[in-house]
Amino acid sequence: MPELKIEVIPEGTVIDHIPAGKWPKVVEILRLTKPNGGTLLIASNVPSKKLGRKDIVKVEGRYLSEEEVNKIALIAPNATVNIVKDYKIVEKFKVEIPDEIVGILTCPNPNCVSNHEHVLPKFHVESREPLKLRCHYCERTVEGDEILGNL
Amino acid sequence: MDWKGRDVISVRDFSKEDIEFVLKTAEWLEDELKEKGSLDYARGKILATLFFEPSTRTRLSFESAMHRLGGSVIGFSSASSTSVKKGESLADTIKTVEQYSDVIVIRHPMEGAARLAAEVAEIPVINAGDGSNQHPTQTLLDIYTIKRAFGKIDGLTIGLLGDLKYGRTVHSLAEALAFYDVELYLISPELLRMPKHIIEELREKGVRVHETTDLKGTIPELDLLYVTRIQRERFPDEEEYLKVKGSYQVNCSLLENAKEGLKVMHPLPRVDEIHPEVDKSEHALYFRQVFSGVPVRMALLGLTLGVLG
Repeated sequence: MPELKIEVIPEGTVIDHIPAGKWPKVVEILRLTKPNGGTLLIASNVPSKKLGRKDIVKVEGRYLSEEEVNKIALIAPNATVNIVKDYKIVEKFKVEIPDEIVGILTCPNPNCVSNHEHVLPKFHVESREPLKLRCHYCERTVEGDEILGNL
Repeated sequence: MDWKGRDVISVRDFSKEDIEFVLKTAEWLEDELKEKGSLDYARGKILATLFFEPSTRTRLSFESAMHRLGGSVIGFSSASSTSVKKGESLADTIKTVEQYSDVIVIRHPMEGAARLAAEVAEIPVINAGDGSNQHPTQTLLDIYTIKRAFGKIDGLTIGLLGDLKYGRTVHSLAEALAFYDVELYLISPELLRMPKHIIEELREKGVRVHETTDLKGTIPELDLLYVTRIQRERFPDEEEYLKVKGSYQVNCSLLENAKEGLKVMHPLPRVDEIHPEVDKSEHALYFRQVFSGVPVRMALLGLTLGVLG
């Protein structure tokens, strides 16, 4: 496989193994295009041994919170996060879908109490493959595009 | 089994043992009541009934249950007469009411409202219906009625008829029946089919499930037919309601093809789903079902208050 020509970043985060075509959602939910953000490098539809094709997002000068990592896990359950400092990877981890998703995803049920009262939306993971979540309050299940659309 | 302080929010929170324990307690209370006329297990205890949405039947049944246990009742029967109209949050209403009472029963038009109330309150909260989600006490009284009528639940073939899409009673009942060895026929108009995720769950739990629109053809298979009203108030679109209004009617001529022991249940109120002529037949079980509400709710109130069990 030919070597990828993607510029290395001195400091920041590299999110690898994003399913091909999903990079815009990663950029959107991490708000990576907001003004004063670091340099953003995107590689899309890159050959991958694991996924066949994948996307890679590199963001300079930015580190991810646990909440942000959890958000990525909902879109890209196989993603790996590399923390880069001084051109070296100092930390590398796989994202993991937690057992409970709190305050990230809003419930798509308009009549769910979590959309009307001061309460953090909360979901329990019913299945990871395919991803299926159940709203803690209204008990409705959410899967597929409904998850992506409500992040 | 320690029920003191426990919330009753969803059938999903129950194990089969929980259900059987409540049923056994209800049965014991029914006998006690028959023997003694009135009981005083809950003397000095106060139930608050918070009905943000009208429901005469469920509210009266809870009130009757508390009075029969020797306790007393406070509450309201519509949100319009409360501070909710002034913009008070549900959490604040609950935190206020729990200062006046020992147990709260809540009915609310929003799904998940009872769960939120239970998280806020220190005292037990019982869900008397949250939107189109759950109505666990109705489910327990339904199961109790079936068990009293048939002496068992395992081995029964049960038809659920009507609004299976929005009907919370049938959602909860189906989930509870999954603990038993039953065969289910889901009979509804196409527009009102049981949500896919519930059917998948039932199948995962080993329930034999059949979906059909054909009531007449299914009747001979059934030991029990559970009828629900097509609820105009749950339809987001009136036109959708008009398409399915009056889809089914259970009458004596339909029941001619039924098994001799077929029982018909309905959570009531009914509109035109069951003809009044069925009331006098041996098939009608729906008024006995209403009666069951009191011992089952007595059991739940007594157990969660910690005065029984």
